[in-house]
Amino acid sequence: MLGYAIKRLLSAIPVLFGILVVTFSLARLIPGDPCKSMLGDKVSAATCAEFVRHFGLDQPIPVQFLYYLRDIAQGDFGNSIRFSRPVTQIIIERLPMTMELAILALIVATLAGIAIGIFAARRHNTAADVGTMALANVGIAMPIFWLGLMMAYVFGVMLKGTPLWLPPSGRLSAGLSSVPFYEVWHWELAKDTFGAKFLEFVSNFYIFNALITGNWIIFIDALRHMVLPALAVATIPMAVIARMTRSSLLDVLGRDYVRTARAKGVPDNKVVRRHALGNAMLPVVTILGLQMGALLSGAVLTETVFGLAGVGRMLVEAIFARDYPIVQAFTVMIATIYVVVNLIVDLSYTYLDPRVRPQ
Amino acid sequence: MTSLKTASANAAAIVIEDGLLGDPVPLWKQTFKRLTRKRSGQVGLFLIGFMVLVAIFAPVIAPYDPNQVLIGIEQVKRRDPPCVHMFGCDVAKPQHIMGIDGNSRDVFSRLVYGSRISLMIGVVTVSVALITGVLLGSIAGYFGGWTDNVIMRCMDVILGFPSLLLAIAIVAVLGPGIVNALLAISVVSVPGYARVTRASVLSVKSQDFVAASRVLGGSKWRILFTRVLPNALTPIVVLATMGVASGILEAAGLSFLGLGAQPPTPEWGTMLGTEKDQMFSSPHLVFFPGIAIVITVLGFNLLGDGLRDALDPRLNS
Repeated sequence: MLGYAIKRLLSAIPVLFGILVVTFSLARLIPGDPCKSMLGDKVSAATCAEFVRHFGLDQPIPVQFLYYLRDIAQGDFGNSIRFSRPVTQIIIERLPMTMELAILALIVATLAGIAIGIFAARRHNTAADVGTMALANVGIAMPIFWLGLMMAYVFGVMLKGTPLWLPPSGRLSAGLSSVPFYEVWHWELAKDTFGAKFLEFVSNFYIFNALITGNWIIFIDALRHMVLPALAVATIPMAVIARMTRSSLLDVLGRDYVRTARAKGVPDNKVVRRHALGNAMLPVVTILGLQMGALLSGAVLTETVFGLAGVGRMLVEAIFARDYPIVQAFTVMIATIYVVVNLIVDLSYTYLDPRVRPQ
Repeated sequence: MTSLKTASANAAAIVIEDGLLGDPVPLWKQTFKRLTRKRSGQVGLFLIGFMVLVAIFAPVIAPYDPNQVLIGIEQVKRRDPPCVHMFGCDVAKPQHIMGIDGNSRDVFSRLVYGSRISLMIGVVTVSVALITGVLLGSIAGYFGGWTDNVIMRCMDVILGFPSLLLAIAIVAVLGPGIVNALLAISVVSVPGYARVTRASVLSVKSQDFVAASRVLGGSKWRILFTRVLPNALTPIVVLATMGVASGILEAAGLSFLGLGAQPPTPEWGTMLGTEKDQMFSSPHLVFFPGIAIVITVLGFNLLGDGLRDALDPRLNS
């Protein structure tokens, strides 16, 4: 088990290294003079020479790559051109929102997807089964930014004034602001230390922050603002999970041991829950990891729709502003999250399935 | 007795139909027959057929030129809601079944012409990705060793990114535009084809007829392209069909963000993206392009599902 885990960990290293090479090359492939694109067209030759020397751009490419690795290892992604602030600080402010959205969407997609899958499988070949799967097919075919806009219209405009109304944009209602838990608890923090930055990062998970400080008004408000974006992001993974759960459960329900269980008189509910479901979940777990990509891509598209200040929207804005340090840093970061999540899924798979667990 | 006779006659009919007796039926014909027997295949073919017809006959179907600004020509205002005479809209007003967009153009005509662009996007991205991926995958699978390792590790790196994100990063470097968006989507879908081709080639290359070709003195490349690859293509056909769907969806996403097709191109994603801020006042400008995307993507997904069933060797017996 440990041996396999180490082997799997080691196999992720070349991929991560490759991701760094790709993002490094992307930044070097951008046409135009980096000095002029950073400092503007009217910059003097002397300033440019100083700029090139300062950022090590006069060094050979492999040396530049080593500098790049060193900076990333130190958590230094350079300064944003547009905001003249460290990119790391921007990540601390923006990433928690995106993660909050992705986690909520993952919870919705998993729970609802599995429930729908079981529902359809137990009514195999009935109208309910065919209907659910047809809906799942439509769900997979929907562009989530469109679904998001439609939901914003239905819940934010058409249902205005009813209890079903949900806020169609933003993270908190006007007039509310999230107070970090360390300020609520009067913690004295040393400025600019890793610990302080980490606590700031954690406190930017508004829902979590409100939960631990017991601020229910913010908690409910933040949660309500997340319902529509999370549902939009969750749709495609939910449909995929539902289809996977259904086919996997149908496969397991046809096995001999399930027939045996039925033959000895185990009630139908219990057959599904105790005997079949565990085995049917294995392929679903694999799919779950792959859906992380859909969740992250979904976050990029939905944040734009719902006016949420997360990394996805920032990334798109940065592309138009030619803010390359942000584009580079965000790409590395999201890809790393993706690889790590898939690593965790792979490892949990070996834990769940004794057959692939090496002795 | 009679029922037994009918049963055996039926069985014989099935055998003949599947080409075991009588004249051999080509694989594509068998596949098509099986495809049209399944509901998903029927619906998929219907939806795609519909979209292809719309694309071909766009000039006939569309009442206006997709880029014609109607201000001064007709009594219309910007972002006028749909006006259908059949549903009680004032007959004196010009009919626009999907309304008028922010630049006073007919939405329906733009949508109709948009089908050409979306189908083109789907087919082009899949073709580029398919050719590259199949080439890389078959080389990796057939030659093995370090060639295999180098190619597949590169593919792993591409798969290390969520696909839309990598496409966005590539467009960021190349600059927004439909050609660059197509290129980016092709690049991110190459690993899928490479992986499937490699696995398929690996299973085919160990079969006897390949060994026979080798004994007869066929060169490596010749065997790969004339013996192995044609027999390894089945799973790739399914993947490519689904690939058209995801290509269209990803291109629409890029265009929605403003990174793909640029206005005034009547691309569905671009139409959605440029009007998204008017969602609350003119929902029709967002609703219809989205429906068009759903129909097309659904069609290709269903066709892919149907093809997978039709081509599955376990169901062929």
